[in-house]
Amino acid sequence: MRVFFQQLINGITIGSTYALVSIGFTMVFGVLELTNFANGSLYMLGAYLSLMLYSATGMNAFLAFFISIILTGGVGYLLDRLALRRLRNKKAPKLTGLITTLGMSMIIDNTIMLAFGSETKPFPNHFDFGRIEIGSVVISWVQIIILATALTLMLILSFVVYKTKIGKAMRCTSQNAEAARLMGISVNRVIAFTFIISGVLACISGNLVGMYYQTVDITMGASIGMKTFASAILGGVGVLPGAMVGGLVVGVIETFAAGYISSGYRDAISFVVLILVLLIKPSGLFGSKQINKV
Amino acid sequence: MEKFCEKLVRYRVPLLILACVVAVAFPFVFPSKYFIRIGTVCLMYVMITLSLNLMVGYMGQMSFGHAAFMGIGAYTAAILTTTYDVPFFVAFILAGVVAGLFGLLLGLPVLKLKGYYFTIITMVFCEIVRVVELNWMSLTRGPLGIMAIPKPSFLGFEITTPRQFYFMILVLVALSTLVVSNLMKSRVGYAILAIRDDELAAEAMGIHVFRYKMIVFILSSLLVGLAGAFYATYTSYIDPSSFAAAQSNDMLVMVIFGGLGNTVGSFIGAISLSILPEALRDLAQYRQLIYGVLLVLLMMVKPQGLLGDINFKYIRQRMEHREKSKEAANE
Amino acid sequence: MSERILKTEHITQRFGGLVALSDISMEVNSGEIVGIIGPNGAGKSTLFNVITGMYNPTEGKVEMLGQDVTGWKPYRITELGFSRTFQNIRLFPRMTVQDNVIVGMHTRTKGNIFSGVFFTKKEKEERASCVREADTILRLLGLYEDRFEMGTSLPYGSQRKLEIARALATRPKLLLLDEPAAGMNEQETEELRQIVYRLKEMGYTILLIEHDMKFVMNICERIYVLNNGCMISSGTPDEVRTDPVVIEAYLGKEE
Repeated sequence: MRVFFQQLINGITIGSTYALVSIGFTMVFGVLELTNFANGSLYMLGAYLSLMLYSATGMNAFLAFFISIILTGGVGYLLDRLALRRLRNKKAPKLTGLITTLGMSMIIDNTIMLAFGSETKPFPNHFDFGRIEIGSVVISWVQIIILATALTLMLILSFVVYKTKIGKAMRCTSQNAEAARLMGISVNRVIAFTFIISGVLACISGNLVGMYYQTVDITMGASIGMKTFASAILGGVGVLPGAMVGGLVVGVIETFAAGYISSGYRDAISFVVLILVLLIKPSGLFGSKQINKV
Repeated sequence: MEKFCEKLVRYRVPLLILACVVAVAFPFVFPSKYFIRIGTVCLMYVMITLSLNLMVGYMGQMSFGHAAFMGIGAYTAAILTTTYDVPFFVAFILAGVVAGLFGLLLGLPVLKLKGYYFTIITMVFCEIVRVVELNWMSLTRGPLGIMAIPKPSFLGFEITTPRQFYFMILVLVALSTLVVSNLMKSRVGYAILAIRDDELAAEAMGIHVFRYKMIVFILSSLLVGLAGAFYATYTSYIDPSSFAAAQSNDMLVMVIFGGLGNTVGSFIGAISLSILPEALRDLAQYRQLIYGVLLVLLMMVKPQGLLGDINFKYIRQRMEHREKSKEAANE
Repeated sequence: MSERILKTEHITQRFGGLVALSDISMEVNSGEIVGIIGPNGAGKSTLFNVITGMYNPTEGKVEMLGQDVTGWKPYRITELGFSRTFQNIRLFPRMTVQDNVIVGMHTRTKGNIFSGVFFTKKEKEERASCVREADTILRLLGLYEDRFEMGTSLPYGSQRKLEIARALATRPKLLLLDEPAAGMNEQETEELRQIVYRLKEMGYTILLIEHDMKFVMNICERIYVLNNGCMISSGTPDEVRTDPVVIEAYLGKEE
């Protein structure tokens, strides 16, 4: 039982970081119906940027973290501004956007690899305040901070999406971009905002995970990218609570899989679950079925 | 461009003969091992690109995980020939069959879903396959890879020299080209193109969309599985890292660059992009970066790829039609 | 002898809380030209989508040639002999006029994956006969000269005609035309009328949705009138024209 609870805690911790990235992914999907394959790259970029700022300039870790958030959000914005917006203006088919994000992810991933090399890098843990024991279950401070950060961000985002003006504009855009534009909503601004948020979330999550494992490496982007898809689809693409729950579920599943089955197959198992879910309920846990318009 | 394409169409027969002559003469004109290796690799990528183009270009189902099926083919051939001493020819055929079977298994649940689900799942599937190859030690020897994969032999004829390998892949490419171009001329091909253009209208015309998607997915996996088997025996060593997401991306870039749904485009895409890193050796480490930039630029400027908008059959029909009506007017 | 081609019984279609169709019963007999009219949003296209299998009706039954086809997939319904056009034209954008029509012959041809891959003699002959037949259909609709142009590059009216040609290529027992005259000018509408008469002479049975009242009244033998998803009237053009319910719901509004 002790192992079970320990695994559960670990799973929720890692799952909450997946949830953060998934929220960004699902928000972009919501407003654009675009599968952003570069989302995982932003996550890796965020972690590497703060590592570089911290270790190369010796600046305060929190300042480095903060700057990296701004930079990654900026890259998210550029992704849209430089490429995707132009495609939208040309009314290009959706597939071109999808391929563009794949190209962007190749660019970001390989730039990082060329700049930092392909070996695993140590990542400083600024929250190494030790651990707490509850019964026989051990929770480290990093875990608590990750959970707290994720929870706070989720609350803030839910507030933003459901209670603020920009959130309303986002929801309008996701339902019908053309109508939103006619109602005076600046759709491009909404989309840019969404991309910035997805970049910021990815960056925060990347840093949290970096601290948690105390290493970063150049495969982390591709790996989180796929877990993001899994989380978002599990929960129902384009649905905010879906991404949160989906992320947690994927985190828990793979932690248990690693603990009880085999750590080698850890990544594969959540993907197999994903395929099974698609088989049974293609719209995901929280998604609603759409009617095909003729 | 239009004029140029008409020229190509007009002289298609001599051009085709020329291409065949060049392909056959190449290993004699450039007898060095290095050049023959480049030629062989180019042709292998042509075969891969042809198979992926069938799915991505002709049918419009964007796959980000084609390397998985190549890996399945390669591992099937390697395991059968090393562990079970199956004759190469049988192993080669089985490699295609097994890859096709996996296409069937994956296609059944996924091809009914919306396009982006399919794309995501193909990418994820590639990762699943890689993880399995990496961890199923008893079968695949995991990260160590499989070594000493025997050279192929058909009916007592052994393929050992680089030049023989070159001709083996040349024959495979010729057969694949024939399969793809025949298919696209046929009833099945019309159905496939209709599905690419408008799924709903295709269904209204009585086309069983799912069945044709399945056919293409299986055929495409089968062809790349055969290419994988060739790769295994050609390099005589395979490991999971040869069939990962990065390789899938390379294949996709080749298809899109050459032109979606254009067979000639597949040749151009595969050959030019596999020569590029060889020609610019210093840039070899930037290969993936360059591919990424290329992909983004293509989407902005020419999302269908170089020859994607060009349909040689239609150009020929219009040309002949024009000439006929001109003749009729003269008489 | 007039065979019953299509019969719907108490069709109801709901989307969530919205009732798009309620209790629609109608029939089409062999050789008839039947019209469905009604104001925008009356449910005409929805009814078409139910008949052709695009939607699965919430309640009710669709019967074709005496066979219950409720819930069948669209491709099976087309195989059975029902072919449609679309209100918002859906041609295959990357195909020529001729190839658009050839796709329509899918259900009547036999080529399979093996005959395709090996491009057998049989497959070759079948393709050649498809081309010949496509040209015949295109001549009938006056599109023959444009057969090598891209379908979507044609003028609007011709695109609508091409949709009819494509539907005809399935050799349907019932041809369903969804607003065939929409967006056509006077001359094109007149041409279309001639085409529909020709088709009737050739023995085709036609069910059409139309906005152009003059067109429908002239051409159809029987008319069903929909309003707000309900069938409010039916009968010959004269009966419908004088039905006070129809005048109030539909014609009355225009005055």
